[in-house]
Amino acid sequence: MRGVEVGGLSAWFGSKQVLHHVNLVAETGKVTAIIGPSGCGKSTLIRCMNRLHEEVRGARVEGKVLFDGIDLYGPGTDPVEVRRRIGMVFQRPNPFPTMSVLDNAVAGLRLGVKLSKVELRERGERALRAAGLWDEVKDRLGEPGAKLSGGQQQRLCIARALAVEPEVLLMDEPASALDPASTLRIEELIGELKDDYTVVIVTHNMQQAARVSDFTLFMLYGEVVEFAPTQKIFTRPDDQRTEDYVTGRFG
Amino acid sequence: MSADRDPSWHAGVPPPRRHSRLADRLFSGWSAVIGFGLILLLLALLLELTAGGWRTFSRFGFGFLIGRNWNPVRGRESFGALPFVFGTLVTSALAVLLAVPVAVGLALLLNEVRGAIRNPLASFVDLLAAIPSVVYGLWGLFVLKPMFDRHLEPFLTSTIGKVPIVGALFQGNPNGPDLFTAGVILAIMIVPIVTAVSREVIAVVPRDLREAALAVGATRYETIRMAVLPYARSGIVGATMLGLGRALGETIAVSMVVGNRPQVGTSLFQAGATIPSWIASSFREATSVGLHRSALLALAVVLVGVALLLAFLSRLFVSRTERLVAGQGAGGAVETEMLKVT
Amino acid sequence: MIVAEGRARPWVSGARKWQDRGFTIFMWACATVAMVPLVLITLYVATRGYHALSINFFTKEPAGPLDPTAGGILQSFIGSALIVGMATMFSVPLGVFAAVYLSEYGRGWFASAMRLIAEVLLSTPSIVAGAFIWSVVVVAMGSFSAVAGALSLTVLMWPVIARATEEVLRLVPQDLREGALALGLPRWKVILRVVVPTAGAGTITSIMLAVARGLGETAPILLTALGNDFINTNPLQPTDAVPLRIYDYARTSVEPLHVFAWGGALILLAAVLVLSIAARVLSTRQQKRIA
Repeated sequence: MRGVEVGGLSAWFGSKQVLHHVNLVAETGKVTAIIGPSGCGKSTLIRCMNRLHEEVRGARVEGKVLFDGIDLYGPGTDPVEVRRRIGMVFQRPNPFPTMSVLDNAVAGLRLGVKLSKVELRERGERALRAAGLWDEVKDRLGEPGAKLSGGQQQRLCIARALAVEPEVLLMDEPASALDPASTLRIEELIGELKDDYTVVIVTHNMQQAARVSDFTLFMLYGEVVEFAPTQKIFTRPDDQRTEDYVTGRFG
Repeated sequence: MSADRDPSWHAGVPPPRRHSRLADRLFSGWSAVIGFGLILLLLALLLELTAGGWRTFSRFGFGFLIGRNWNPVRGRESFGALPFVFGTLVTSALAVLLAVPVAVGLALLLNEVRGAIRNPLASFVDLLAAIPSVVYGLWGLFVLKPMFDRHLEPFLTSTIGKVPIVGALFQGNPNGPDLFTAGVILAIMIVPIVTAVSREVIAVVPRDLREAALAVGATRYETIRMAVLPYARSGIVGATMLGLGRALGETIAVSMVVGNRPQVGTSLFQAGATIPSWIASSFREATSVGLHRSALLALAVVLVGVALLLAFLSRLFVSRTERLVAGQGAGGAVETEMLKVT
Repeated sequence: MIVAEGRARPWVSGARKWQDRGFTIFMWACATVAMVPLVLITLYVATRGYHALSINFFTKEPAGPLDPTAGGILQSFIGSALIVGMATMFSVPLGVFAAVYLSEYGRGWFASAMRLIAEVLLSTPSIVAGAFIWSVVVVAMGSFSAVAGALSLTVLMWPVIARATEEVLRLVPQDLREGALALGLPRWKVILRVVVPTAGAGTITSIMLAVARGLGETAPILLTALGNDFINTNPLQPTDAVPLRIYDYARTSVEPLHVFAWGGALILLAAVLVLSIAARVLSTRQQKRIA
């Protein structure tokens, strides 16, 4: 298990700069939350941490992201390998609609490795258990993933990310498309996961950040305003803008 | 806008309501009539051809499709379309076999590649669709055919031709017009339409899914296999059918290289005739005396029937991809692409 | 928990990398294979057709068999202009009005049926359009003619213009229509003075594409206009056209005329490509302007 260190990171969509020299340290085994109003670049930042940002047409990145002693944007680094070690869960649940629940869970595992049926099933079960979904789906493993409820689909996506045994889990507003009950379920899950993973979560919901995270980064217009332990951010932030935001006097 | 030049816009003057309502009715009625004209056109086309071909169908019945003999000489009249159906199927099947992998590969590339190369590449493909078929035919006749006769066909005969069973396709005299050259020309001609439609169905695969695959550490190829193809598959089948429909109906280019000799055989290197090429090469001799003209119209009925069926099936398949993707007017996009290459 | 097992170091195996690279190569190979014919055809048509171009080529009718190269194909240019000109005259109003109906008035199953029919007509093989007009017009009039040729092209161009123009009209923002309607303008004036002018360049684009298609079609006019060795401007007489001339000269055994076929192909290809490229440029600009 390792943390991630972001140094002087800038990012663009075409000619529009969306991140300006962002610095961030996501500590090992902790949950780091990234908050800020919509359009502040928080999703872009997290997508730079597994080199997904560059998959968008016209997108560009400069700066460093250090993980396990290597620079993710260094010349010899393979983005595919990066993404295997740094998993991601997206805003909208996106299970592969043509695959069954079990196939979805082990989708990443199957890549390039020949695993026996028994082993696939075993590791699928482990991932589904880790995502807290096993009890609900153990009798419907063969059904299409798209048949589950929204909250279950999102946990299936978490299972899919966990199955490849990453070291870092990036979550991009993982509960924003879910109902309150499912949201609560995901938040509990994050609490359980942080024993084993370094978690970085983007959220527009400040209560959620306060509940689940150890550290919080507040961003505005693509720049870091304040980065501190969550407790401090929500009780006595250094920056006036942070205080305005967390107390709801802002956007 | 000239609204302020219209006297009815002056204050106090009530708008000429009755007059404009009548004008509105006339205008909308007129455009509806013309739109309805499209439906009438299709009906008229189908009716006229069927009526024209009726005498042939009623005289030969199903035998028209399986008869091998085509003889318009009075007194010994006999019309069997099998050689043309055969030629059409063989050349079109070859065209689809050659064109679809290339078109799908190209469509995937157009969807994956970034930067300055993408748009020129896409425009080039569309331009390929703009080349008139007679130009394809001319090039096929004077450039492609001699090259095939001298190099490719002898080579195929001496290699694949030696394989049992399949080899029979590649044996025979390489010289002269043949089904093989026609199939290759058709393949070149249908690449743009198959590419355009495949590209659109590939483009509607949600980015979510591609990213899901990337995020679990899939390579580009694996992303395409996991997240793109399962969605796009039925759309690509639809694109293939559309291409097949085009290949079946192509006339002039085929007629220039295929030889227009009605025969059925095992070799691709022999001359043949397709339904359209035969209509084009014998309509001049068809007089109202006897059944010759009716037989040619009956051929056209067979052709239009198959083409319409394919067009309809193609739409079904493409819309299945769209339904998988669930919504957002993807249908319009696909049709627009199609328009570019018609 | 997963961690208890110890983490396997995931890595991208050489085989996967090669598979990925192989696939990339495959895609580029497809692009190359698709491009080669375009390049080759353009090159051949340009280099071979170039030799045919002379003053005579553009200003004379075919010469006698003694010196076939002394003549030209003027009658084909005039015939093409006549046939495609008439076809455009027929199909533009038909296509634009059908488009107006589909985008401005059409609702429900009737409009969808109409759209489906337009698309079905788009997929109709062009020889079928030719056979239809041959049977209806040529046989009835007892003569091949330019007007029959124009009608067969109309069968093909009408649905193209209708569907392409409909797409363009749909791009016109709804606010614009509502704004004009709110001023009290009757609907038909809104359409004629606001919607169609806003879509102007796009409408012209769709007409250009249809004309490009009409210029290049051979099979339908072969069955209807037949061809002619002499200049003909009477719409009721058999008439020549550039594609017909290319088709004829390509199959003749008089070799000097093959060069003329290439020359005709050069002019035809140039005209069609210029129209298609111009249409593309126009429509890109239009899309930028509206967006």
